Amino acid sequence: MRQFWWRLLLFIAAASVPIYWLHLAANAALGPDPGKVLVDNLGQGALALLLCSLAMTPLQRLSGWAGWISFRRQLGLWAFSYAVLHVSAYLYFLLGLDFGGLGIELVERPYIAVGAVGLLGLLALAATSTRWSMRKLGKRWKKLHRIVYPVLLIVLLHMLWVVRADAGRWALYAAAAAILLLMRLPPVVNWLVVVRQKKGRKA
Amino acid sequence: MFIKVPRVDACHESQVTPEDIYLRRRQILHGITTSAAMSFIPRSSWGDGQRYSDVPSAAPPAWLKEKLLQARWETMPAGESLTPYRDATHYNNFYEFGPDKGDPARNAAAMVTEPWVVTVEGEVGRPGKYSVEDLFSPSQLEERIYRLRCVEAWSMVIPWLGFSLADLIRRLEPTSAAKYVRFETLARPEQMPGMRAGFSLIDWPYVEGLRMDEAMHPLSLMAVGMYGRVLPNQNGAPLRLVVPWKYGFKSIKSIVRISFVRNQPSTTWQRMAPQEYGFYANVNPHVSHPRWSQARERRLPGSLFSPNIRATLPFNGYAEQVSSLYAGMDLSRDY
Repeated sequence: MRQFWWRLLLFIAAASVPIYWLHLAANAALGPDPGKVLVDNLGQGALALLLCSLAMTPLQRLSGWAGWISFRRQLGLWAFSYAVLHVSAYLYFLLGLDFGGLGIELVERPYIAVGAVGLLGLLALAATSTRWSMRKLGKRWKKLHRIVYPVLLIVLLHMLWVVRADAGRWALYAAAAAILLLMRLPPVVNWLVVVRQKKGRKA
Repeated sequence: MFIKVPRVDACHESQVTPEDIYLRRRQILHGITTSAAMSFIPRSSWGDGQRYSDVPSAAPPAWLKEKLLQARWETMPAGESLTPYRDATHYNNFYEFGPDKGDPARNAAAMVTEPWVVTVEGEVGRPGKYSVEDLFSPSQLEERIYRLRCVEAWSMVIPWLGFSLADLIRRLEPTSAAKYVRFETLARPEQMPGMRAGFSLIDWPYVEGLRMDEAMHPLSLMAVGMYGRVLPNQNGAPLRLVVPWKYGFKSIKSIVRISFVRNQPSTTWQRMAPQEYGFYANVNPHVSHPRWSQARERRLPGSLFSPNIRATLPFNGYAEQVSSLYAGMDLSRDY
């Protein structure tokens, strides 16, 4: 397995963050409304991990190290896992497990519906992340996994809708997303390759 | 038709002393004479936060110290429990000090509250610049234990210390042209880091307002303290409004301007997002915020194991006292 130790390290890091948050919440260190903090943290964590997964290809192009790509699937699966935890925390802490209320929320609150669409997109990506799916889907796999870009935009819209008076943090995520999407434009891709080759020659 | 409006401080049936206790009153009094005598001593230091446990002491200004000695204290309403002081002072919305709930507690210490000048202006007989002491020199300090329901669907129970807003308004002698009262929060960017942030959507200074009859309602309070002590800065020192039947954002903090005006003032959140926040902003479980339901609330503190979710009551449970103010109004339109 390529980069086994790095991947193990990534696994431990990504798994320990929610455990640490739960530990803080159990010890009343997240303030009087720990449920809300957990929902927010898990949602932002999912977005950050999604951005990280999208940073692997540009990093590989920039550095030439193929190791980056071997983290990509795990990062994507972690983004999905955080999103599932985010929804679970929302259902438990904010809706009080009132599933009847969930139907009303989905209909009446567009940002909840938008979030649900984003989650379905991540689910489709996670479900087809295995080698078996890659083989089975062949060319279509790449096409399917391009929905990560609309999913990213949907997730950003979902967060923008929730932001109340301060859009600063949202702007940071949106800027990171914009840079990562720009780095996929063909002229930029070519430029990245040129930059790396120049660096390679100098070295 | 005879409409009985109970006084705010009227006794409820449940508060009546049981007869057997009443008949044994001398015996009971005799038994507690010594402890009663003792209790007069700490009473004078209640202003330092001794009435409530886990409340750090704070020296009140001299004028308030005197008023604290004669304050009318309230007993805990049945079926409620107080939010711990720590939570009420470290989980705040005060965007002048930052957007996160912990920012006000972290940053508000920099706000200078002494001296403090409140400008009174508009359709009023006694306009001018007042200190907080001037505004309330004849008033009796009262404790009011109120539920606080935030528009974000969380709530607390807080023991405020303050003065009746109606008394203040009467003393300021508004003219008959005054239909609304407009309040303004201090705007001092050098002491308020949230005002210096680049991405804030808020148009400073923060403005709130009440219709005159709402302002004159006996539940409306001008608070100068909480938990038996002066207000911490993050809770709106030295002077804030408390309107318990409205969402928390109506209860404007750190007031520097009171204007008596003819027309409904344009208030901060209403101006920013009129489809989300109305001028009235009465707590109403039947009218959802566009982004979340208002049918329930999280009574803080919650924990990992009990989110402490409960049903939200119309007018935050004060419907009996205030619903007549809105007779004939469509509260789903005037939200």
